[in-house]
Amino acid sequence: MTEAPHNDTPALADEARRRFLKRAGLTAGFSLFAGSALAAGLPKALDEATSSERRWGILVDAGKCPEGCTACVDACFEEMGIEGPRVGDNHSRPDQDSQWIRKVSLKNEDTGHALALPVMCQHCTYPPCVDVCPTGASFKRADGIVLVDRHVCIGCRYCIMACPYKARCFVHEAIHDQEPYMPRGKGTAEGCTMCVHRIDHGMKPACVVACHEEGAGAMTFGDTNDPESAIAGKLRDNTTSAIRADLGTEPGIRYMGI
Amino acid sequence: MTGKRGITSPLRTAIAVVVLALAAGATPAAAGDDIAPDVPEARKGEHCVKPVPYMRRNHMDMLKHKRDKTMHKGQRKKKYSLKRCMDCHAVKGDDGDFVTAKSDKHFCNVCHDTAAVNPDCFSCHASTPGGELKVQSKEASR
Ligand code: HEC
Ligand code: HEC
Ligand code: HEC
Repeated sequence: MTEAPHNDTPALADEARRRFLKRAGLTAGFSLFAGSALAAGLPKALDEATSSERRWGILVDAGKCPEGCTACVDACFEEMGIEGPRVGDNHSRPDQDSQWIRKVSLKNEDTGHALALPVMCQHCTYPPCVDVCPTGASFKRADGIVLVDRHVCIGCRYCIMACPYKARCFVHEAIHDQEPYMPRGKGTAEGCTMCVHRIDHGMKPACVVACHEEGAGAMTFGDTNDPESAIAGKLRDNTTSAIRADLGTEPGIRYMGI
Repeated sequence: MTGKRGITSPLRTAIAVVVLALAAGATPAAAGDDIAPDVPEARKGEHCVKPVPYMRRNHMDMLKHKRDKTMHKGQRKKKYSLKRCMDCHAVKGDDGDFVTAKSDKHFCNVCHDTAAVNPDCFSCHASTPGGELKVQSKEASR
């Protein structure tokens, strides 16, 4: 997808349709359904394995993100059942608690220009956390989502050190009353899952939903491989970049106006 | 019509025999079998996701298989999910609330205590049923 066309020409839509019809003609039954879901940009079937035909991403328009608004952060904490920095604990400091997403404020001292933006796991195409993981617990799904398989994580914390975005956290304390759809536990590394439990059900990540319904609508979520998706359109029409693009991690989270 | 009935009634008898066999198998504390744990009853109405002898022997492998499919490939059909076991196998305590994995009455603990296995699943996974997403969207999702 390096040579993205500059606008959605009808020819492109036709091409997608042709591709879909070809696939539909070649496959049958279950995979037919899968193929149609893909071509139409619909969520995958529940039992379909995710594939590299999708690349999930989020575009953050930093220009729209107001200083002081924490709708995305609050939604993440609520969805994931993270009590977070607000609650202290016996053996660890509150500032050691998990933060899967945080608002970062920046100011250019020379010009006085100030900027606030949410930073979470950047879901890199080349994730350093995966490179350093000794057990294979840190991994990247075919559709680009970077996760910790906590069943395999031994809590060595290499990934936490390797991540240039400081996006991974460590669970220091035993956790109780987890959300049934979001298991979390002591002794493992964790981080933003891009709300994979929602995406697999065809829903948007909690932060993006909250940003639109309570915040300023600065976040766009979607499949960057689908030329007809809103996010692909915005990436095509605007100058966007990644945090620390110089590192070559090629994040799935991109920013506008930074 | 008559032809159809002719096919279904032997089938029905066969099903009844299977169900009876299952029911017998589902009573672990058979006469003279003192050490068998008293497994809490599941929710009435439906059967388990596989026959009982298979479940007793293979549930750990099933769960691990499902775990890898869900974690790595995002395959989320509910049938064999750990979360769904709790929908049918949750046990109520004396206070009328569902017991958590801390209780020795919890479905998964009864056999494990007897067999001296201690899987740590519930240090992360919720051990009671439920699970509405906290952040609900007002608009359609896509
Ligand atoms: C350190 C935390 C942790 C422990 C311990 C743990 N899990 Fe998980 N488990 C997770 C996470 C995180 C997921 C992914 C949830 C998601 O993506 O929706 C998961 C998902 C699963 C799934 C797929 C989802 C479902 O509900 O079916 C299964 C099955 C599963 N785990 C089984 C187990 C079993 C069996 C054990 C015990 C041997 C266990 N897990 C122990 C964290 C844990
Ligand atoms: C639809 C409801 C339902 C679900 C879901 C379900 N079970 Fe069951 N399970 C039952 C019932 C009912 C029985 C009793 C035998 C029967 O009628 O099939 C049972 C029996 C069992 C037994 C045998 C108990 C004995 O008497 O020895 C085991 C073990 C078991 N289930 C494990 C599981 C596991 C593990 C899961 C999750 C993967 C699960 N079950 C999901 C309904 C369910
Ligand atoms: C009918 C009795 C019974 C019930 C009910 C039962 N288990 Fe088990 N389970 C066993 C036995 C026995 C073993 C040990 C088998 C062995 O020694 O390999 C075991 C082993 C396991 C293991 C593997 C542990 C290890 O160290 O390898 C997991 C995981 C597991 N069970 C999960 C569950 C979960 C989750 C539930 C509740 C939904 C459950 N079991 C309910 C009898 C049961």
